[in-house]
Amino acid sequence: MNTFAVIVARDVRLALRHGGGTMWALLFYLLTVTLFPLAVGPEPEMLARISGGVIWVAALLAALLSLDRLFQSDFEDGSLELLALSPAPLEVVVLAKSLAHWLTTGLPLAAFAPLMGLLLNLHPSAWGVLVLAMLLGTPVLSLIGAIGAALTVGIRRGGMLLSLVVVPFFVPTLIFGVSAVDAAAGGLTPRPHLLLLAALLLGAAALAPWAAAAALRLNLE
Amino acid sequence: MVNLHRFANPTWFVKITTAILPWVVGITALLMGYGFWQALFVSPPDYQMGEAVRIMYVHVPAAYMAMMVYGAMAVASAVALIWRHPVADVAAKASAPIGAGFTLLALVTGMLWGQPMWGAFWVWDARLTSVLILFFIYLAYIGIWTSIDDPLRAGRAAAILALVGSVNLPIIHYSVDWWNTLHQPASLLRAGGPSVDAGMLPALLSLVFGYTTFYVMVLIWRMHRELVVRRIRALQLLHAQE
Repeated sequence: MNTFAVIVARDVRLALRHGGGTMWALLFYLLTVTLFPLAVGPEPEMLARISGGVIWVAALLAALLSLDRLFQSDFEDGSLELLALSPAPLEVVVLAKSLAHWLTTGLPLAAFAPLMGLLLNLHPSAWGVLVLAMLLGTPVLSLIGAIGAALTVGIRRGGMLLSLVVVPFFVPTLIFGVSAVDAAAGGLTPRPHLLLLAALLLGAAALAPWAAAAALRLNLE
Repeated sequence: MVNLHRFANPTWFVKITTAILPWVVGITALLMGYGFWQALFVSPPDYQMGEAVRIMYVHVPAAYMAMMVYGAMAVASAVALIWRHPVADVAAKASAPIGAGFTLLALVTGMLWGQPMWGAFWVWDARLTSVLILFFIYLAYIGIWTSIDDPLRAGRAAAILALVGSVNLPIIHYSVDWWNTLHQPASLLRAGGPSVDAGMLPALLSLVFGYTTFYVMVLIWRMHRELVVRRIRALQLLHAQE
């Protein structure tokens, strides 16, 4: 447990002091959201209708872009091997690193979601649900992303392959996340969608560390 | 109890499969020849879809194979990962392009069929969408194999991806199904498809079995080739060490 906390603290500190990671993700998020009104037209009704989906896709892409640094820098400077040699199970290390990734990307993305909702004319009654859905959904992106990042860690220019590996598995999260927002904006209850997102989160938290740790182990041999 | 390690010997595997290969080729030719003859000339045109229904005979078995091959690939991957079974590893690798090919065939024939039936080549129907995602997962699997040079590491990484995919595919399928019913009430293609006329069954069944033996046939060819490639690689490494 101590190792877990230490790794989370280390990764968060690295991400914050290194400057960039979180800022770049948020900037990318904002830029992607800005492109949509320019592409589809500024009509408020149209924007209100697509806003939930656009915000989710932008957040998903921003999280995807930051995934390659999840293991890559530690792999390159050798600290990943030391972590693997530590007495703590590699699964715990993966879980800690996924949590740190979420704290430095998913959490800020969720926190800034109402601002994006404002820009895209999302109905204010859906803002709370949007944040809640993102708080449940973005950790799933970090956990599934950890599998892809672990599989592609040793590969030069693995970024494209990482997207190809990870994006199909992001589909359920995207669907339920957008459905929750749409339901809330349409005056329906978002409860079932949020429960399904929570189920995805629990499943991913239980299973993804095993797969990612197995992938890391073979890449460290 | 069968000794599994006997099957793990590639030489023994090549010997057995070389012996059964001519039979597989013959059965495939018979089933597919009979199936396509039935499909194109004997089976009745549909009362609603007319002659366009004949696309279905290419499409339905391909869609079935797209899932079947993934299942075979996932089982082979699990065997390779758990027992470090070298032939299972080769089988999983050799299956992926065949499965991706069947998936693409299902998508393309589906589009050709959809144009006259739905008036559009592509609609975001639940099935089309989940088959498209399945195609992406096949591509990711092949991508892992091509980007890691060492076959042992590539095999295990690809096997992990195949197993992650097999856990996720049902979730993706149901989420897409549900998304579709939320967004798009009724689709022209009903869950069970149009109830199949008895006159269409011989063609459909023989093609389903024909596609399966076709897969086995191509799989054996591809596995033989892969085993030879690996042997050459091993010999080259040995030569380089001397």
